[in-house]
Parts: sequence; structure tokens; C-alpha cells
Amino acid sequence: MSTLVKNSIRFILFILIQVFVLDNIHLHKLATPYLYLLFIIWLPFRMNRSWQLLIAFIFGFTLDAFRHSFGFHAAACVLIAYIRPYFINLLIPQEGADSNYEEPSIKSMGGFTPYFIFIAALTIIHHAWLFLLEAWQVGNSWYFLAKTLLSTAISLLLIIITELLFNRKQKFKTNTI
Amino acid sequence: MRNIFLFIRRYSTFLLFILLQLFSIYLIVTYNKYHQAVFSNTANQYTGKINTQYNKIENYFNLKKTNDSLVKVNERLYNTLKQDFQLPDTASKIVVDSIRVDSLLKYRRYNYLHATVVANSVSNQNNYIVIGRGKSQQLKVGMGVIDASNGVVGIVSEVSDDFSVLISLLHKKDSRISSKLFKGGEIGTVTWNGNQPNILQLTGIPKSAKVAKGDSVVTSGYSTYFPKGMMVGIVTEVTPEKSTNNFAINIKSTADFYNLQYVYVIDNLQQAAINDLLNKAEKKSQ
Repeated sequence: MSTLVKNSIRFILFILIQVFVLDNIHLHKLATPYLYLLFIIWLPFRMNRSWQLLIAFIFGFTLDAFRHSFGFHAAACVLIAYIRPYFINLLIPQEGADSNYEEPSIKSMGGFTPYFIFIAALTIIHHAWLFLLEAWQVGNSWYFLAKTLLSTAISLLLIIITELLFNRKQKFKTNTI
Repeated sequence: MRNIFLFIRRYSTFLLFILLQLFSIYLIVTYNKYHQAVFSNTANQYTGKINTQYNKIENYFNLKKTNDSLVKVNERLYNTLKQDFQLPDTASKIVVDSIRVDSLLKYRRYNYLHATVVANSVSNQNNYIVIGRGKSQQLKVGMGVIDASNGVVGIVSEVSDDFSVLISLLHKKDSRISSKLFKGGEIGTVTWNGNQPNILQLTGIPKSAKVAKGDSVVTSGYSTYFPKGMMVGIVTEVTPEKSTNNFAINIKSTADFYNLQYVYVIDNLQQAAINDLLNKAEKKSQ
């Protein structure tokens, strides 16, 4: 399957799952799991960075349209799409590994730990920015902190389960092309 | 000049990032304040249609709950029937009134329209509810909405052809319902602080009022959205505010925002007339 088709299918599936399944879950009336950001985490390594930002914006905007509150998810998605390459450069084990594989996964990041740090950092930044924009003020920091940490924990759990359930086969590409 | 272009080329990604962030924040500020962004109507129509399909399935799972609530409503209506009350015999005799019900139409103030909930959220700071009834089905902006148990749900803020968006009571920025204590009659405003769904705040009640846990809070009837005496909630916590002369009161909402399936939209037929008068009075005093 080509990258475009694969990512288009993911786009639709993640939006539908987030809107119709996960948004109906409110654990202890405080935390909501967010799985949809996995779409942005899984974008290919070699994609143009400006395109990544634009796609993240459109993706977040689509979700916002379903929730009738424009801007929140778009802003959070654009933020993690922007900082994603920095984390990849920081965490990827050897030089040039990002050209051997197509997209971030446990295998291409060289083990579970770097990959976990990668998704955990992106998830917590996404949630913090999203909840900060929603609150629109920096008051009641304990509530904000609890909401962010709890939601992050549940989202991470879901992301790891998804990762284990849907084993993405990553082809090793030689970089001699 | 050349340096400027070089600068833009070099930092194009960063500039695009800043641009998109600013645009998102612009959307947040304008859309959530004025609810009149150009795209909202079309987005409503498309997402509304998908939501309706999903809702058809979801409704099936909630059939039992819906049934229960309908039985309760029926019970309440049965209890208001005329034959439930027996007057002691007096000298008067009962005469069948020949007045036609229709002739009361011009005195009618409120008309109830039913609608199904198509989409709903409780987890945001500013929540909206979408219902499957719109402009073509007589809905207008500014109508009040209640649920089957007579509890206030929200106010219509946007209408498209077949769908409408309500500002839920669980809307931190814009939800303000004029309410009063059922017992004492003190008038206050119900708002939401964004923390816990189903727990609302009643402000503006002076410390001289007698408030206890379990007291009912109902709509005041001073706004044109709701008739007098619609349930808003029940007092759960009363604490005196330190710096003001008011109580800080928490109330539990009567409407269960986690399980909204059917709602009733209240059409106030005199709303336009009242607003016209108010506008005239305001113009005169200017």
C-alpha cells in the first residue's frame, strides 16, 4: 500500500474512533483518553516538515469540527508535529536510521525504551497544551496537573495497546538508493 | 531586502508553525466567543449527518433508559389530569365549557418542540450539544432547551437547516441562567466553573437567605428563554464567600448530561415582542 493511501485510511479511522468511541469515555469525570495523536506520531520520517505541519493542522481541525469548538485540537496537533523531528533526532540510536525505515515504531527507533520516551513526551506536551488552551488561564494548577497526568496515563496505555495489537511491518530499506 | 528573503527561507518551517498556532488561537477566540464563523454552518451540516447515522445505533442501546424516563414523564402527566382531583360537592354544577381550545392560541406563551440529541460532550471546558432539528423545523437562535425530567439543558446558539447547536449548561464562558431558590425566592445566576460535569454554581445569593442542602433551584422566569419554575438543580454545598456578602453554592444539575437522548425546545412566542419593548426602552434612555 502506498504511503498516501495508508495515511488517508488512518486519518479517517483515527477521527472516527476518537469522536465516536473515546470521546464518550470520561474516567472519574476528569480524564478523557486521546488516541488520535498516534496519526501524527506515525507520519513518515522523510516527509517535508512544512507538509507535516499542514497535515497536522487539517487533522486537528477535522476533529474540532466534530466537537464544535474550533482551534483547540488544531493548535495541539501543530505543536507536536513541529517538535516531533527534534525528538526523533534526539532519540534515534545511530546516524541514518531514519532513512532505513519509513516511520517511527519500536523497531525503527531501536528498542522499546526510546520509542516509549518518544510517545510519552509527545503525548504529555499535546495534553498540556490542549488543556491549557481549554482553561484559557493559568489558575487552579492542581486540577490542570491532575487532568493532564491522568489523561496522559490513559492515552499512553491505549497507545501501547494499539501498538501491540496492530503490529506494523516495517521494511528495512537500504540507504544506497 | 535579500536578507529578509533569506531569513524567511531559512526559518520557513518555524514561521509556518507560528502562523498555524496563531491561526488556531484566532479560531478559538473568535469562534468560541461569537459563534458566527463563516464555516460553522456548513461544517454543521456535514458532521451532523455523520453524527445522525451514529446516533441511530447508539439510540438502540439506550432504549431501556429512554423508556424509563418516558414512563416517569407519563406518570407526572397522569398526575395532573383533571379526574385525579375530586372537589367536594357544592351548590355549583359542572357545565361543559363550549370554548374551543384553539381560541386560547393567542394567549399561548410557550410552545414545546421535541428533538433528538445528535452529539453531546461533557469533557471540555466549553461544551456544546447538537440536536437534530433546525431552521426548517421552526427552531430559532435563543430558544431554551429542557430534558424529559424538566431540567434545564441549555440555549440554542446556532441553527442550520436541519441541525442546531446548543450552548450546554456546562459551558464555562457563556452559560448564564437566571434562577431562584424555590423556597426563599432569592434570585441568582447559575454558571459552571468548568471542573465537574453535573455540578453547577449558583452565584448572587445574599448571606441573608436561608439555604440548605437539598433545596431546589428553579428558573426565575425573568429571562425570555425559560418559563418560571423549570428545575435547574438541587443544592449540594453551601459555603459563605469570604470577601463578599454572598454565598458560594454548588448545585447538582437535574438534567443528566451524561445521558441526554431526547430534549424539548421551548419556543417563547412572546420573545420578539418583549425584546422589541426592551430595545425601545433602551433607545429612549440613551
